Amino acid sequence: MNASAISTAPEAVGRALSSHRRDVRGSVFRVLLLGSLLVAIGILVTLMVDIVARSLPVWGDRGVVDLISTEISADPARAGIWQAFYGSLILMAFTAAIAFPLGIGAAIYLEEYARDTRTTRIINANIRNLAGVPSIVYGLLGLAIFVKLLGGLTGPNVEGRSIISGGLTLGILVLPIVIITTAEALRAVPSSIREGAIGVGATSWQTIRHHVLPIAAPGIFTGTILSLGRAFGEAAPLLLVGGITTFFSTGDAGFMEVLQGRFSAMPVLVFSWARLPQAEFKALTAALIVIMLIVLLLINATAIYLRNRFEKGVTS
Amino acid sequence: MSKSTEPVFDIDDLSVTYGDFRAVEGITLDIQPNEITAFIGPSGCGKTTVLRCFNRMNDLIESASVEGSIRYHGVDLYGPRIDPVEVRRRMGMVFQKPNPFPKTIYDNIAFGPRVAGHKGDLDDLVEESLTRAALWEEVRGKLAEPALALSGGQQQRLCIARAIATRPDVVLMDEPCSSLDPIATLKIEELMLELKKDYTIVIVTHNMQQAARVSDRTAFFTVDVRDGGVRTGRLVEFDDTGVIFTNPSVQSTEDYITGRFG
Repeated sequence: MNASAISTAPEAVGRALSSHRRDVRGSVFRVLLLGSLLVAIGILVTLMVDIVARSLPVWGDRGVVDLISTEISADPARAGIWQAFYGSLILMAFTAAIAFPLGIGAAIYLEEYARDTRTTRIINANIRNLAGVPSIVYGLLGLAIFVKLLGGLTGPNVEGRSIISGGLTLGILVLPIVIITTAEALRAVPSSIREGAIGVGATSWQTIRHHVLPIAAPGIFTGTILSLGRAFGEAAPLLLVGGITTFFSTGDAGFMEVLQGRFSAMPVLVFSWARLPQAEFKALTAALIVIMLIVLLLINATAIYLRNRFEKGVTS
Repeated sequence: MSKSTEPVFDIDDLSVTYGDFRAVEGITLDIQPNEITAFIGPSGCGKTTVLRCFNRMNDLIESASVEGSIRYHGVDLYGPRIDPVEVRRRMGMVFQKPNPFPKTIYDNIAFGPRVAGHKGDLDDLVEESLTRAALWEEVRGKLAEPALALSGGQQQRLCIARAIATRPDVVLMDEPCSSLDPIATLKIEELMLELKKDYTIVIVTHNMQQAARVSDRTAFFTVDVRDGGVRTGRLVEFDDTGVIFTNPSVQSTEDYITGRFG
């Protein structure tokens, strides 16, 4: 005799197991979720296609290299993005130079050395808040400090509205993001590894340098590179700190003078070109956006590549 | 039969508190050289806590505070001028779950000596450590391979080799076989009996038969539940293993041994 509610005869069991009760609610949800995905993708694809389509005249007439290497001009027939292009590159280099060492260092201290006190927890909470501060506020900060206060250092001939000011502002903007992503990567390292290292007599620093950092490296790389992507796309703070959208020439200026001189950047140029009336500028704006998207794609691809390379080296 | 040699560890009225929680109290015992001493008892009675006092691993827990005295070759381990890093170089520790570094087999062993300042060729030291851990024959051509590719039992023997690479005189083992299969366990027990010729071993184990098989002396811990549900561990009985398992002096020891509780 069996205790089950159904008989154990083969036909009865077969019937019970293959009954396929209809999961209406589940099916409805599945359709809705798929619909959300399709709508989201649809919007993005539409935007992409629209942008690329608008930019086609530029590729036909000018080509990528020509567009990038030509200088900014008010005349659409001769307008290029050169100053904005190298401006963005220099700004990203600045951002990296400031945010990476400071951010990674701060995160290592917070995660590995700082004792778990109320102060530490308050600091951690505030860093999260800083990551959410609107970027234009960072622009105001940059304006107040780097442009007005330190103008003599950052750009004596341009009232402080130089690439240095822009780079410092963007560096501070992404600093909280670098700290948070690095801290998370460090936290993901299993404590058993730390115990093993400390157990054989390694100091805190030796443990961090030889074990924790190598394991956290993929996460740290991803975080830092993605923060560069964020800095690349920012327009508001740069507009406040002096990014210009008209033609300017650096002539035969030396490197330091370039840094302390006027600057432009691709998002800033988009802001300007998008509002110009001439039809050719509509196509140029679209072309500029396409180039920006390609740069962002390359940044993300680098992040993924580096992450994969490091992950392979760590696990077996 | 008591030894008249100098104990390696001399513990007197040791208590450990985590924040407000008194984990273990009033521990007094000694560890003799070249012996295997086992700590047995039910879960939560503080065996691991006491073990981790020996090599100051409890320092890693911020809220931990230690009272009483632990002397290592006569020196107070918690004295003001004692460097915990140096302490840990003289004591190897093997953990419950094998935790080899995600590096090559060679680098796992070499890490400890390297950070201790050992310059020059480590090949001999690596071979010696692996040989003493009964792992050399199985890995001799594969030192450049990842340690994580080894089986569980091999990984644990690797951790033992790593622990003895810094030439400690003490090996502390925290339930080293609890995540291993019986055959791997047996291999490690045989290894322990070999190792005690050169090292002093303290092992925490849940496995009473294991304690009976390998140890020379056994300390039986238990946990007292006080008012408010606070569980504090204490030492019930500490004697030669033979005595503990055949003729214990305290009733609760006998109850635990015969499986009446715990």
